[in-house]
Amino acid sequence: MKRLMSGNATLGEAAVLSGCTHYFGYPITPQNELTEYMAKRMPETGGVFIQSESEIAAINMVLGAAAAGARAMTSSSGPGISLKQEGISYLAADELPAVIVNMVRGGPGMGNISASQSDYFQATRGGGHGDYRTLVLAPGSVQELTEVMPLAFDLADKYRNPVVVLGDGMLGQMMEPVDFSGLKRPPDYEKDYILTGAKDRPPRKIHSLIFDTKLQEDHNWKLHRKFQLIEQNEVRHETYLADDAEMIVVAYGIGARIAKGAIKRLRQEGLKVGLLRPVTLWPFPVEMLQGMAKTVNDFFVFEMSAGQMIEDVKLALGGRGRVHFYGRPGGVIPMPVELSRIIARHYYQAQARGRKKQR
Amino acid sequence: MKTIHSRTRLLKEAHFHYCPGCGHGIINRLLMEVIEEMDLQESAICVAPAGCGMLLYNYFEIDVIESAHGRGAAVATGIKRVLPQNLVFSYQGDGDLAAIGTAEGFHAANRGENITVIFVNNGVYGMTGGQMAPTTLLDQVTTTTPTGRNSDLAGHPVRICEVFATLDGACYLERVAVNKPAAVVKAKRAITKAFQRQLDGRGFSLVEILSPCPVNWKMTPHDACAWIDEVVSKRFPLGVAKDVEDGSCS
Repeated sequence: MKRLMSGNATLGEAAVLSGCTHYFGYPITPQNELTEYMAKRMPETGGVFIQSESEIAAINMVLGAAAAGARAMTSSSGPGISLKQEGISYLAADELPAVIVNMVRGGPGMGNISASQSDYFQATRGGGHGDYRTLVLAPGSVQELTEVMPLAFDLADKYRNPVVVLGDGMLGQMMEPVDFSGLKRPPDYEKDYILTGAKDRPPRKIHSLIFDTKLQEDHNWKLHRKFQLIEQNEVRHETYLADDAEMIVVAYGIGARIAKGAIKRLRQEGLKVGLLRPVTLWPFPVEMLQGMAKTVNDFFVFEMSAGQMIEDVKLALGGRGRVHFYGRPGGVIPMPVELSRIIARHYYQAQARGRKKQR
Repeated sequence: MKTIHSRTRLLKEAHFHYCPGCGHGIINRLLMEVIEEMDLQESAICVAPAGCGMLLYNYFEIDVIESAHGRGAAVATGIKRVLPQNLVFSYQGDGDLAAIGTAEGFHAANRGENITVIFVNNGVYGMTGGQMAPTTLLDQVTTTTPTGRNSDLAGHPVRICEVFATLDGACYLERVAVNKPAAVVKAKRAITKAFQRQLDGRGFSLVEILSPCPVNWKMTPHDACAWIDEVVSKRFPLGVAKDVEDGSCS
């Protein structure tokens, strides 16, 4: 049965159905409906909800709960995610699982409360101090949250690493029909590292202070090998009308939703344009792009920012093909028709260049 | 011959990294003695700080997690909310609890989190080389108050017990010292009482411990211990700041 729900509330219900028992958060728009949903829902399911005194406290409560073996999460928007970076770095260093939701808003600074994609760098480059990575999942619809949330908790437990769900103000706020019947609760993992009191076993220590630089280096290489494994195994993406495409639009999250609308229009006009939507932003679908570059020369990156993911596209292509870009930073949400016009202009220019080359 | 006192088996056979005359070693030992005597070694979970206490996981034979600087009470909150039956305590210095982590400690107390904070007040940032702490006394010379702490520039020494005593969620707050044998006995009694309050589910408890830091105070260990009696405890009076059980709240 489908229910009409906001993205934020859907995210909360999907987390509960995924086995999340502890939620810690601090109010910030545009994700407040999630915090409010958890305030009501967690006690109903025997879980714990705490409205913390700050985002810093919330992420450290998550760290404590994860260290004690719970499936724990927190959520915020850009300014609050900046505060959480300290704790995310410690979670990664301590190899503790956690899910962190960022309903991105316009920035930098205080910015505004509209939808934006300006936290891509922060999410995909670690974000906090030190050598580490976080897995980043970018859902594109309310329904998709019912797939992404169990996946996020599963990946967090599987790799003992924080996982970021990168949404935006629009995804959080808009209401869509949603069906939870396909949601599968991720399995419980054997946790031989958690602190429960040293009963019938030697005491356990969880710490990231490693004074011996050689041991710290060993630890960092261990983390690095884990991240390489993630890069090999966990890339996820979606394509749309890409098979015969002469130009590939690369967009993620709500940006991909807008791009789909634009591509639909362009297809009606006979333009061979398709979409590559990375679902995991880290690890990034590098091989997919490289494969596409064998037959496609033009890649059009669309982001609701001044251009961040475009760096990963360029890195993946390594000089192959031509990379076009359209961005709307600051919380502006373009209409599909606007995007379709820009894409069409680039498409025809690329064709003209192609003809010139042939002559 | 009868053994009337021995080293607690919960303290590992490791050399403390603490400086000569430092109070941390005594406090580490007291905690493990109390946990052994209360038979809580299979239940206790310690949250270690950033600061001089950060290596205590090398000494304690119980589960330990290290927290980021100042976040001990938040980490302890997360653990306790998963494992309400376990004894959960954080070990925090004055920079940790009274400066960078004031919000976390204050709000854990205000929520009445059923945890215990062991608050070591030695009036300086010891590990980083003796800079001013929020608890540094007026006119006290540190590396960042080279002419003495001036209240016009650097404010006044923060009294955590008295501040936290105003919070309804705090059930037991006591300030003790470890500068002489009689004081150490009292400190041990306060730690036992705080842990018992937690086991009884009474809410937030905190034991503030005035501790000597002779190296950063530029004193001999003997003079540092005397200074606690003669000067430090004038600003930070010893005793129970709040005990909901016996109704006292000064």
